[in-house]
Amino acid sequence: MSNERLSPVADADEVEVRDPRSGLTAKAGLGDRLFGGSARGAAVFILILMAAIAAFLIYQAAEAIGKDQVNFVTSFTWDPDGNSTPNGQPEFGIAAIAWGTLVTSVIGVLLGAPVAIGVALFITQYLPRKIGSVFGYIVDLLAAVPSVVYGLWGLLVLDQHMSGVSKIIEDVLGWIPLFKTDGTYGSSMFTAGVVLAIMILPIIAAIAREIYKQTPREQIEAAYALGATRWEMIRLAVLPYGRSGVTSAIILGFGRALGETIAVAMVLTQVPGLVTRILQPGGNTIAANIAVQFGDAFTTGRQALIASGLVLFLMTLIVNYAARVVVRRAGKAGS
Amino acid sequence: MAKRIDVSGLSAYYGSVRAIEDISLTVEPRTVTAFIGPSGCGKSTVLRTLNRMHEVIPGTRVEGKVLLDDVDLYGPGIDPVAVRRTVGMVFQRPNPFPTMSIYENVAAGLRLNGVRGKSDLDGVVEHSLRGANLWNEVKDRLNKPGMGLSGGQQQRLCIARAIAVSPEVLLMDEPCSALDPISTLAIEDLIAQLKSEYTIVIVTHNMQQAARVSDRTAFFNIAGTGEPGKLIEIDETPRIFANPSQRATEDYITGRFG
Repeated sequence: MSNERLSPVADADEVEVRDPRSGLTAKAGLGDRLFGGSARGAAVFILILMAAIAAFLIYQAAEAIGKDQVNFVTSFTWDPDGNSTPNGQPEFGIAAIAWGTLVTSVIGVLLGAPVAIGVALFITQYLPRKIGSVFGYIVDLLAAVPSVVYGLWGLLVLDQHMSGVSKIIEDVLGWIPLFKTDGTYGSSMFTAGVVLAIMILPIIAAIAREIYKQTPREQIEAAYALGATRWEMIRLAVLPYGRSGVTSAIILGFGRALGETIAVAMVLTQVPGLVTRILQPGGNTIAANIAVQFGDAFTTGRQALIASGLVLFLMTLIVNYAARVVVRRAGKAGS
Repeated sequence: MAKRIDVSGLSAYYGSVRAIEDISLTVEPRTVTAFIGPSGCGKSTVLRTLNRMHEVIPGTRVEGKVLLDDVDLYGPGIDPVAVRRTVGMVFQRPNPFPTMSIYENVAAGLRLNGVRGKSDLDGVVEHSLRGANLWNEVKDRLNKPGMGLSGGQQQRLCIARAIAVSPEVLLMDEPCSALDPISTLAIEDLIAQLKSEYTIVIVTHNMQQAARVSDRTAFFNIAGTGEPGKLIEIDETPRIFANPSQRATEDYITGRFG
């Protein structure tokens, strides 16, 4: 066709009529414009919404912190409405509940992650493929249990059995202050940690499973050909291959544990001030504190809770960012 | 201590599909035997039965005998893990462990065998890398990742890793098919050297390579898709390429099919 058009014998009129750009110019139809516009609008709307929420929260938090009579970062008390302060002025700090948040989440990860990795390895490396996928589905179902159910179960069932375990731990490790108690057990940060461990197990197990499943055949065969047993093959090929991905899965699980609210609020006996003994009743987390206090809080109280929520947001943000850094660094090292 | 391989009545299955049927052949110690044949003829499967790698894939099984000197590798009480420590393998695509350094890659098999002493490891790592003609190229960067090497160097690293555990036999599954001609030449030279210590079986699609490196050549073929692969003939390499006794071998070698 183009030959015909370029040939010298082509009809002069026809050459004039044809735009040389014909077929190459854009032809944006109504559908294109409509879709493009609405997509752009949605994106802009979300940004504005987020900025508005952030501005509101930061304003509220700043106002509360401005009225705070003690240091917000280091104080252990939480009395923003001044119910029991000497002059009725707000006194509140994030330190004790931030500590409780970290401790329960760390316990959750320490207990949950190894089990999750074991489950993922068992499903991908030991079970036949068909049974493995059924088993994996059942583990995934753990994630479908509502957290309030975990809270009820933790409070009514699990906690009954934690006293015995806690006592054994105290008998063995009681010389470390963390594991000392006043003789009472349960409703403790340890119980909350165990509940969190079960709650974050499915997400870590699911991600780890997907990663381990993708271990390259060549790596697996390289290990077997050297005379590796199955466990040695896993150590040589599967675990190194999955290391960065599983690390970030664990960090993501940690992030979820930090933000878990209602189950922790139900299990923990909230005690004011800093609680360092993880086996006896007491302790509090940022999210649980918000859930429990919000209903009875007055203006400053609510603003203070918003401030604590911002701190929690910052913590999870940092944790999620850390997970990304781990993945990115591993990606660079691997290539 | 190179050993002799004696295969008799060997069949291998993937699920219910028979991949190879009734293979019988002998490989003498300190020789290089090449397996040639069209794609899907089962030559790699035969190779993988010689160190019990075939059964690593779920749903597979093997019938028949593979004698290493006088021991049946498929006999009762034989541990496939121990077999693979005796019969080493090099794969088509270089597969060093990606997270390990050059040194760690070579030491990996030794560590499985419980060698822990630093000086023991150092000695074997150097000896193996020298044996794989790689020492001079990597001696200054033993702690760098094995994946940082070129494809040909990676393959020689894999050979070093395989010979580090002092196997009796070395199996090579198209070890040069992912390599450029210069790296291929380096591997072929290496095979000629390794022959003095090991019994070597190499699968190759490259008939010139088979002619260059092997003492004996086995030709495999299939009757059609879905049919099991069979051994057509095995003979001295010059004879296979100059004057094969089977018509199919001649057709394949002269490029009339496959």
